[in-house]
Amino acid sequence: MPAIAVSEKPDARKEFREIIRDAAERRTPLRLQGGNSKAFLGRATAGTVLDTRGHAGVVDYHASELVITARAGTPLADVEAVLAEHGQMLAFEPPHFGAAATLGGTLACALSGPRRPYAGAARDFVLGVTLIDGRGRLLRFGGQVIKNVAGFDISRLVIGAMGTLGLMTEISLNVLPRPAAEATIRLERDTADAIRTVNEWMRNPLPISAVCLGDGQLHVRFSGSVGDVRAAAAKLGGVEVEDGERFWSDLREHRLDFFRQAPALWRLSVPPTTPPLSLPGRWLIEWNGGQRWLVSAASADEIRRAAAAVGGHATLFRAEGPQESVFHPLAPGIEKLHRALKAAFDPHRILNPGRQYETI
Amino acid sequence: MASLPSSSPDEHQSFDRARVAADLRRLLGAHAVIASEEGLRPYECDGLTAYRRLPGVVAIPTDGEELRAVIGYCHGRRIPIVPRGAGTGLSGGALPHSEGVLLNLARLNRILAIDPLSRTARVQPGVRNLQISEAASKFGLFYAPDPSSQIACTIGGNIAENSGGLHCIKYGLTVHNILKLEVVLSDGELVTIGSDALDAPGFDLLALMTGSEGLLGIVVEATVKLLAKPQCARLVLACFDDVVKAGAAVGNVIARGVIPAGFEMMDNPTIRTVEAYSHSGYDVEAAAILLCELDGSVENVEEMLGKVETILRESGATSLRVARDEAERQRFWAGRKGALPAAGRISPDYYCMDGTIPRRHIAAVLTRIAELSREYGLRVTNVFHAGDGNLHPLVLYDSRNAQELRIAEELGGKILELCVEMGGTVTGEHGVGAEKLDQMCVQFGADELDQFHAVKRALDPAGILNPGKAVPTLHRCAEFGAMHVHKGQLRFPDLPRF
Ligand SMILES: Cc1cc2nc3c(=O)[nH]c(=O)nc-3n(C[C@H](O)[C@H](O)[C@H](O)COP(=O)(O)OP(=O)(O)OC[C@H]3O[C@@H](n4cnc5c(N)ncnc54)[C@H](O)[C@@H]3O)c2cc1C
Repeated sequence: MPAIAVSEKPDARKEFREIIRDAAERRTPLRLQGGNSKAFLGRATAGTVLDTRGHAGVVDYHASELVITARAGTPLADVEAVLAEHGQMLAFEPPHFGAAATLGGTLACALSGPRRPYAGAARDFVLGVTLIDGRGRLLRFGGQVIKNVAGFDISRLVIGAMGTLGLMTEISLNVLPRPAAEATIRLERDTADAIRTVNEWMRNPLPISAVCLGDGQLHVRFSGSVGDVRAAAAKLGGVEVEDGERFWSDLREHRLDFFRQAPALWRLSVPPTTPPLSLPGRWLIEWNGGQRWLVSAASADEIRRAAAAVGGHATLFRAEGPQESVFHPLAPGIEKLHRALKAAFDPHRILNPGRQYETI
Repeated sequence: MASLPSSSPDEHQSFDRARVAADLRRLLGAHAVIASEEGLRPYECDGLTAYRRLPGVVAIPTDGEELRAVIGYCHGRRIPIVPRGAGTGLSGGALPHSEGVLLNLARLNRILAIDPLSRTARVQPGVRNLQISEAASKFGLFYAPDPSSQIACTIGGNIAENSGGLHCIKYGLTVHNILKLEVVLSDGELVTIGSDALDAPGFDLLALMTGSEGLLGIVVEATVKLLAKPQCARLVLACFDDVVKAGAAVGNVIARGVIPAGFEMMDNPTIRTVEAYSHSGYDVEAAAILLCELDGSVENVEEMLGKVETILRESGATSLRVARDEAERQRFWAGRKGALPAAGRISPDYYCMDGTIPRRHIAAVLTRIAELSREYGLRVTNVFHAGDGNLHPLVLYDSRNAQELRIAEELGGKILELCVEMGGTVTGEHGVGAEKLDQMCVQFGADELDQFHAVKRALDPAGILNPGKAVPTLHRCAEFGAMHVHKGQLRFPDLPRF
């Protein structure tokens, strides 16, 4: 299969490096930004905007290698369209949260969708990253091959760092073939029972590729060969959902009714088998119980304590107005490592300072 | 022999073996410390036997508290620590420090818990890889990464190397299969990295720790993921009269949407070697053999099997055999799995390389390796994880001839540089260790190496954890660059030459 030609769009890396070097010299903060579709996520930051969209395009794609390399400013939708032409996909099924979403922004936030527990998270598919550090140095880590243990795994370290360790300019990802068939079923189940049941199912080699439970209903998606999908749907029973694809994309993009008019949306990431938490509010649960969305009037403190008590963490995913504390506070020993790493990558603290944590 | 990394932390005072041994005995008890020469001898090398050095002292803690005590002691005195699991590493990662403590983790070998519902196992670092799958088996579960050394190697070593295995094209590497680590940092502090949830807040320290070769922290406990065992597995054995066709066939299968559970390739010299040893029924005339394993539900596997057979035939396979039963499947695998011991039978010594390349260059790289083999006058057999482009060329040599070891290393180095030139890497799964420091200078520029050192300093400011391994000093690269001018370009032109 042919490789996709190198993007003809201009290479903006030189310009980015100059901006960053200049900011480092003056100690003035920068706000790294792609399509700005995830502006809602994270702490409020001040700084001159560095827009990555001038650096876009798929650089290299060999379907038979299962590897795509694209510039950070490439619209996520473009990447997915190129892959779809060859029957492939980003298996972590990233949410876009807006048409303008870029690949770089998606990976900086490490967002993954419904398929995450079954296929892997955003970071699991990252093979290599080129980034500009806080001194303006262009650094290449990892590469375009699936197995690579040369040097520390900095390509994955920066996924989810929200731009605080460097500006990603190019990313290589491992991609997967799209499943031959998918089907979605719906069952009536209360939450406690459903969490247990889906985890019991996972002990068997069933082709489950997404689950969602809320309001007494359990949605399950199967992906795989036609036969496997049909057999699994028959085995678990329930009602087949007509427009299953739509349901999962609405869930992924927070377009389901559940997400409407929520003053504050919490994301709790907890050990999947954790029974329902006793916090007040409405819940929507994915990832076999591992990702739980909560709309609640409970205090941040109460929510964080409940998540931590079961070995998880809580993020104030969306809220009205700027927030002091968005991501779960780090344990002191871990926070110390974050500060040391920040200093190693961005000694002048000019890259998205404070976006993730006040001191980072 | 390439020079061994010698760097020791700047401040460390001269090493007094008797004194350190006495101090550690007070902390751990007499039975847990080795300082006599005959006692130290078994620790002088890991799986890369060409590099040997006696450790200063060996300490064998039996629990996390003892381990922290040793680290605290060493930290206070700036004594280097080299962690060691089973010592099966193939890059000299566990090569001892002559003025340091070799930390043997073999007695931290308990499986602490298996939770069938959440499909996780919590284990100590000295637990052997296969032990986890054996213990999980009664729940219908297994731990996916399966290095060929899995009966011996430890999970701590696997995490430190980000080890792969025969099935990582479908099931991923170690980094994809662990959830949480308890890590002791160089100052003795215990931190939890990752979590029992599917992610943790902040930077992805779990990824940073995986593959860090004992340079950033010591893993004292790990929670790993377990998977449901697939219903069935079928193995196809395909012969080719041309390595170019075999290489292309690998890409063809994957491009058509099949992700095999394992996809291995052997060249003719390997086929001949292993057939004599394992009697797997391989065709010794074939230029290359592909082993393609498919797993999943019975029905799905049948469906994929048909597809794979068609693609392989269209790609020019001269013969195709599907293992009829489990015994035959095991027999087909036996040859591949015994490739290293088989090489040991036809040559006094072998040097196992570990480069990775984009799959589409397999044929070109094999052709070039054959040329290099002729140029250097040493035999090279090729066995590799074709599905993910991870090559394991075995350079055959005789260590009784000092000259040959030097030539083998030089040839090996050339092969790795070729992998980098082709857009690949000098190590797919065995790590850099003490062995590939020079090749790291080829793969990375001075800025990246400087950044690796900055990360090392951030986590281990005292520089006592496995010092001198994995990341070369810029000084070393300058020297190496002076000898090897890469593609007409002098690497590190700004650095002073010595
Ligand atoms: C015959 C044979 C086949 C092999 N096949 C494969 C294969 O298919 N795939 C593959 O990836 N590798 C393979 N290997 C290489 C080797 O088995 C792996 O690298 C393995 O993970 C090493 O584990 P170990 O316990 O022996 O570690 P060791 O060799 O003892 O140590 C390896 C490194 O890990 C560090 N370390 C050990 N324990 C810890 C800890 N708890 N915390 C921090 N650092 C630690 C050491 O300092 C060292 O740097 C093979 C080796 C042999 C001999």
